[in-house]
Amino acid sequence: MSPIPSAAASSRIHPAATAPELLRNFCIIAHIDHGKSTLADRMLQLTGVVDSRAMRAQYLDRMDIERERGITIKSQAVRMPWGVDDKAFALNMIDTPGHVDFTYEVSRSLAACEGAVLLVDAAQGIEAQTLANLYLALENDLTIIPVLNKIDLPAAQPEKYAEELAKLIGGEPEDCLRVSGKTGAGVTELLDRIVELVPPPTGDATAPARAMIFDSVYDTYRGVVTYVRVIDGNLNPREKIVMMSTRATHELLEIGVISPEPVPTKGLGVGEVGYLITGVKDVRQSKVGDTVTNASKPAAAALGGYSDPKPMVFSGLYPIDGTDYPILRDALDKLKLNDAALNYEPETSVALGFGFRVGFLGLLHLEIVRERLEREFDLDLISTAPNVVYEVTLEDKSVVVVTNPSEFPAGKIGDVNEPMVKATILSPSEFIGAIMELCQTKRGELQGMDYLSEERVELRYVLPMAEIVFDFFDQLKSKTRGYASLDYERIGDQVADLVKVDILLQGETVDAFSAIVHKDKAYAYGVMMTAKLKDLIPRQQFEVPIQAAIGARIIARETIRAIRKDVLAKCYGGDITRKRKLLEKQKEGKKRMKTIGRVDVPQEAFIAALSSEPAGSAGGKDAKKK
Amino acid sequence: MSPALPEGDAAPDDGSLPASALEGADGRAFAVYLHVPFCTVRCGYCDFNTYTATELGGGASQHAYADTALAEIALAAGLVPPRPVQTVFVGGGTPTVLSVPDLSRMLGGVRDAWGFADDVEVTTEANPDSVTPESLTALADAGFTRVSFGMQSAVPHVLATLDRTHDPRRIPDVVRWARDAGLAVSLDLIYGTPGESLDDWRTSVEAALATGVDHVSAYALVVEAGTRMAVQVRRGELELPDGDDQAAKYELADDLFEAAGLSWYEVSNWARTPADACRHNLSYWRGDDWWGIGPGAHSHVGGVRWWNVKHPRAYADRLDRGLSPAAGRETVTGDDALLERLMLGVRLVGGLPLDVLPQDARSSVAGLVADGLVDGTEAVRGRRIVLTRRGRLLADAVVRTLAG
Repeated sequence: MSPIPSAAASSRIHPAATAPELLRNFCIIAHIDHGKSTLADRMLQLTGVVDSRAMRAQYLDRMDIERERGITIKSQAVRMPWGVDDKAFALNMIDTPGHVDFTYEVSRSLAACEGAVLLVDAAQGIEAQTLANLYLALENDLTIIPVLNKIDLPAAQPEKYAEELAKLIGGEPEDCLRVSGKTGAGVTELLDRIVELVPPPTGDATAPARAMIFDSVYDTYRGVVTYVRVIDGNLNPREKIVMMSTRATHELLEIGVISPEPVPTKGLGVGEVGYLITGVKDVRQSKVGDTVTNASKPAAAALGGYSDPKPMVFSGLYPIDGTDYPILRDALDKLKLNDAALNYEPETSVALGFGFRVGFLGLLHLEIVRERLEREFDLDLISTAPNVVYEVTLEDKSVVVVTNPSEFPAGKIGDVNEPMVKATILSPSEFIGAIMELCQTKRGELQGMDYLSEERVELRYVLPMAEIVFDFFDQLKSKTRGYASLDYERIGDQVADLVKVDILLQGETVDAFSAIVHKDKAYAYGVMMTAKLKDLIPRQQFEVPIQAAIGARIIARETIRAIRKDVLAKCYGGDITRKRKLLEKQKEGKKRMKTIGRVDVPQEAFIAALSSEPAGSAGGKDAKKK
Repeated sequence: MSPALPEGDAAPDDGSLPASALEGADGRAFAVYLHVPFCTVRCGYCDFNTYTATELGGGASQHAYADTALAEIALAAGLVPPRPVQTVFVGGGTPTVLSVPDLSRMLGGVRDAWGFADDVEVTTEANPDSVTPESLTALADAGFTRVSFGMQSAVPHVLATLDRTHDPRRIPDVVRWARDAGLAVSLDLIYGTPGESLDDWRTSVEAALATGVDHVSAYALVVEAGTRMAVQVRRGELELPDGDDQAAKYELADDLFEAAGLSWYEVSNWARTPADACRHNLSYWRGDDWWGIGPGAHSHVGGVRWWNVKHPRAYADRLDRGLSPAAGRETVTGDDALLERLMLGVRLVGGLPLDVLPQDARSSVAGLVADGLVDGTEAVRGRRIVLTRRGRLLADAVVRTLAG
């Protein structure tokens, strides 16, 4: 028969009325660029869920940013029919975020599945993030189906990477399927194999309902759309449900499945995957990992594994135009509706004015939020260098949590704890030396090293997270010509010899440039930052010392010499109007500057100093001419 | 290409001025500027409104220019109350590309329109290679009292960079000829030309002083957008003059001028005695009334500033049709007027009375004294804002500070 089931066969796989043994819940684990979305597109086509005319590239990736970056931020679940040997099955493909910042979301998506397609680019081999997610999948006891993608590429080396995958997960290299998401080759076989190998869900159909939330998305028209996997019992339209972490009760306005657009159903039965709409407006009321139960017949215990998202990286976000502050506040309020991990507090900076200290899951999360703020709300933003959270124990044993370096306590302190990560780096073996050198300078400790194949190696390090959040990944990429991949996870705190370095302009601390760094690196930071600012701040009517200091101790100093000439030699033909207008313009420019003490600093200087670009051609310092 | 005209209000076709501008005009000094928009060679750094013969088409030729200018003088005569002209300045361009009879006729037009004060100062700019003993005598006979030579530098490679064609060895001769003709003499110098060393500049200043002139103007080179020199800088063929280098040269020149007995009376001008100062130049900084004749010329009468259409053809065309050549104008009042007063007055050796400043702006003077930009003694005893030498070099910054 055709793999698309007949009407008769399909009648057995209606939502809310599908026997668990006819369900297959799976996800695809893949690295960015390894072709997950393209493969998903082919599956949608082959199962008849999307016809060729309606097909658009990367159908499931909703947001522009996702499509442009080729990555999936928000997961979704699509129900697809598939027939094998006259029997119809319902396949739920749960799309997982691929990035390390979203590990918790990934773990919840994996918990909604019984199987995972491990998708690897046949020209590149497995990457560190994929490896990390593979570990997560194995910990969740998922059945792994290894697949090599892009076999149509001339550079594909399927034999080599099949060997690598076999070594990783056990089994034989020939078990590894070879597909091309682009041409569709091998995708039918893959769907068959999912039916064959992924175990059907098991659960107690008669028990009180327990459904796990694995995603929660804010939609302007519908409010929050919550994606769930029913573990026990069933959920039905119009009944009242309870979120077990908060005990909040909501009415189910709509329940359904995605195929690939939302289709309301008569409910969701045991083992099924679908969505709920309750009318809530904020994803915080419908949190990933929480358990949904029935209000009239509630479950006694929630499903395990729930935790609140914890921000790991903080950065100050400020509007470049101070009058945009209310727009930024409203924009963050809006983004929060769709991003349970986003949190922020208003803060004020002498240098940057009014803004927010924003907590993120990681650097990519920071970049995405910033980009969305700029793009969707038309804001120009400046962000301070990202920092982690420190726990400072004072002499009186009280503990201060520092999320903004400028709030690092002054004076005598006891211990400073900094967050640590376990990092996994996969790289061609020729770069081992360069990677070790880099990790050394980043205070890393080698935990172990394994060869995945003759040419590829896995290095495991413990590193301070603070060293990772700045420019570690960029440096790793440049030292390995782009070949290395990185994954890391938080593994607790460690006491470290950390100090706060302040930057002073004519004796005044510039809060935006305070940094918490290891004692051995304080001098280098001070020298770098003072030199950068010397190039960026225009010369003033007086000499301006720029100092880096730890407490009262100056560790680096630069001087901006006083400007010597700022006068027009003459007025062209008595064109006094032109000269006056020029002065007026300069006066306006001066008003837009931030004054630190008596020093006028253009906003651009702060932006440039906070960017990770090296100090260089600031230009225009002496450009005051007619 | 000369700089774009400012943006302003429309000027009426008949050139008439608002009553506010004419109020009290009788009591104010009046000066006339005559623009000659022609050169034989266009210098690479120059952004003045001037044209070589080949750049101009029919209708605005050099030989017809004096008559066109006379038409504007006649128009002006009817628009401001008659009062003796204190100073006339003929600039360009190169005024001496016009014949002495043409220059004489233009001067006569001014005299006929308003009359001259007894001690009238009549200056013309001249290129050192465009005068002879005879032409200078003829200029004196025509009523000129003063000549300002565009010496610029005494160093051949600097002159070459500036596209100046004259032989620097000619300077002592032209100064002597002018003096023999009974003319007061000033030399114009430019510092900060790409490739000019501090020693080159010292050579130029010393050469100017060796002629014994009583007046020198020294201007920092500014590379203006749209000039050939700006293109050369952009291509990396010339290095942009550096502000620190220009400051060092200004200080050197100031030392050498002072040592030779010339004192500064305006940021870029030095004279042996107050009587040797260029009074026309001072009238700009003091905010006197003046009428600028010629294409692109600027004028000021009683707080109204206006400017003529730029191109000689458009200029001639408007006058032919009996219309004012003014392209636009503005009436300067309030904060603008204060800013002008500050930026003009602060450049003079006499400085500005402190009470020009609004009460709340006077506190900023203390900071300027502390930074060594404003003379503390003058501020305390004389209640005047007088720039120190460092202050002269930072005059624009001082004005921005004072204007808050």
